[in-house]
Amino acid sequence: MNDMRLTERAVTEKAKMSARGVQVHYGTNHALKDVDVDILDKTVTAFIGPSGCGKSTFLRCLNRMNDTVASARVTGKIEMDGQDIYDPRVDPVQLRAKVGMVFQKPNPFPKSIYDNVAYGPKIHGLTRTKAELDEVVESSLRKAALWNEVKDRLAAPGTGLSGGQQQRLCIARAVATSPEVLLMDEPCSALDPIATAQVEELIDELRAQFSVVIVTHSMQQAARVSQRTAFFHLGSLVEYGETGTIFTSPRDPRTESYITGRIG
Amino acid sequence: MSDATGHKTSLLEPDARTKARNAAERRFRLMGLSAVGLGVLALVVLLSSVLGNGLSAFQQTSISLTIPLDEKKLDKSGKRDPAVMAKVTTVGYGKLIQEALKDMLAEAGVDDGGLKPKELMGLLSKEAAADLRDRVLADPSLVGTTLSFNAMANGRVDGFFKGRVTLKSAERDANITPEQLQLAQRMADAGLIKTGFNWAFLTNPDASELRPESAGLGVAILGSAYMMLIVLVLSLPIGVAASIYLEELAPKNRWTDLIEINIANLAAVPSIVFGILALALFINFLGLPQSAPIVGGLVLTLMTLPTIIIATRASLKSVPQGVRDAALGVGASKMQAIFHHVLPLAMPGILTGTILGLARALGESAPLLLIGMVAFVKDYPASPPQGFFDPASALPVQVYSWTQRADPAFAERASGAIIVLMLFLLTMNAVAIILRRRFERRW
Repeated sequence: MNDMRLTERAVTEKAKMSARGVQVHYGTNHALKDVDVDILDKTVTAFIGPSGCGKSTFLRCLNRMNDTVASARVTGKIEMDGQDIYDPRVDPVQLRAKVGMVFQKPNPFPKSIYDNVAYGPKIHGLTRTKAELDEVVESSLRKAALWNEVKDRLAAPGTGLSGGQQQRLCIARAVATSPEVLLMDEPCSALDPIATAQVEELIDELRAQFSVVIVTHSMQQAARVSQRTAFFHLGSLVEYGETGTIFTSPRDPRTESYITGRIG
Repeated sequence: MSDATGHKTSLLEPDARTKARNAAERRFRLMGLSAVGLGVLALVVLLSSVLGNGLSAFQQTSISLTIPLDEKKLDKSGKRDPAVMAKVTTVGYGKLIQEALKDMLAEAGVDDGGLKPKELMGLLSKEAAADLRDRVLADPSLVGTTLSFNAMANGRVDGFFKGRVTLKSAERDANITPEQLQLAQRMADAGLIKTGFNWAFLTNPDASELRPESAGLGVAILGSAYMMLIVLVLSLPIGVAASIYLEELAPKNRWTDLIEINIANLAAVPSIVFGILALALFINFLGLPQSAPIVGGLVLTLMTLPTIIIATRASLKSVPQGVRDAALGVGASKMQAIFHHVLPLAMPGILTGTILGLARALGESAPLLLIGMVAFVKDYPASPPQGFFDPASALPVQVYSWTQRADPAFAERASGAIIVLMLFLLTMNAVAIILRRRFERRW
């Protein structure tokens, strides 16, 4: 499966986001040490590594969600399309409209399915009429492969859906603001294998429109959905490269130990 | 299966340890049950005592009179000028009532028992003449007509029909004689004395020691309502804004910790201390009027704020972090995340806290005593906002001052006032429950 993708990959080599020398401290805890990563456009990038290795921390740096943690301090440089996202002139709210996020636990708003998806376009003023908004809601739900299941009950509460449906609703919500990058923090960890397969299929489809960054504990998942993989260990980026290379011939002995199950 | 000593044990026979554990659980259940039972018993005793004493306050005995309002006596000039008519005092009106009463007895054929005119008048409230005068002065065109007038019976006569006063107790009573009571009984038999719902209890202002029958809660209810209005308008926005700032926006450092500890402590400060603060700050320093609902409202606001802040912060805290993350994740600003998502979810808790705080403020009397709301207030406060600065009373303070009076009729009134106060509290709690239901989404 990966071999097939090797051919597709060659089209996009442009970096959408690039991180250089990123360090994160939580109080006195040095959580992320000197990370350099390029997130390519229209590519799925997977972050793997054992718990507490800093992969989620790094993901949350990419849309400045770490700003909400009082003790977190981020240094280094992260650029998106050549612009420093930690520049004091950047409003994180505007950044997050471009860099959407899906969380580990499905967290739909306690509102209707329609309102969940419509919330982002509404606050960003992306639509002018109700008809336009309806259209955005429908296309987002279609992109998240949820439309057929919920089209007859858009007014029903989003929290009444099953776990897998809730997570796809969260993806639809993130997609609705037309982001350029979509961050996913272990999106399938609370889902059963069937729902997981649906979400993975979805990720592959979303790649056509924007870059996706996914944090996962499952190496099989990383191998299935991603074109590039980064392996984190103890706060450092150990190895970053094409998914096929990482899983078949890793350069670093720690990467090899992890993917063969000796550390983790 | 074997126990620690290695003996085989049977599953059908509980061992000593299990028996002891089960016994402990039974004892604990019994203690819990008796605690609840004791609480229910206390509530029943309280309610039956208050209802038993107070329900009769909502009934009032009155005598219906037909009074010819003679122009010669009330308005000699014939010009119907209230300023001139005011020269006729209550004594003049009293004579009219006295004659009407005599005529009525004669007409109905009730033997007046040889009572003197003054004793006859003793059956009626001393307030009757003043009432009649007020009505005529308010509407001078009544002069010359025949007015049907409901005069309140004297507190003792009222008590006689409610069983509080007996012929025996009247023998030792300077305010009533057994003969008067016997006449009242004959009048009641002839259908001249009636008992009806006591609207005056809810609308009249307080009355002097000698006229318990005309004492009412009108001024106290208005005063309490004004204060609750002030407390609600001030404490809800200030309390919620302070909580949102402290919980969602403020940096967590030594200063905010200090503020948090102080708010928790303020909630436990005895209310009389707030009264002293109000006396010093609002009355002595700022020069606000005494006995005024504005001062009462301000001190109750100070008292209610910590309760509201603590309740609001607790309910903000209980909103799952995922909701904030989700909102921030789609690019909502902090304010949007709070007002669109966090606050609606916290609303039921905030409302409950606010109503609890308001209920506590409504029943508070100690701080009001210190700012002079215990004063005897006969005039209704004006309508707001001017009325906030007029002297008024408050329900709990009215209960307090009535229980201090000698006449047993006031004990009945005090219990009646407690019933009114409890009805207000019940209403507020019902409103809280309804609001909660409305805000509580079922998902």
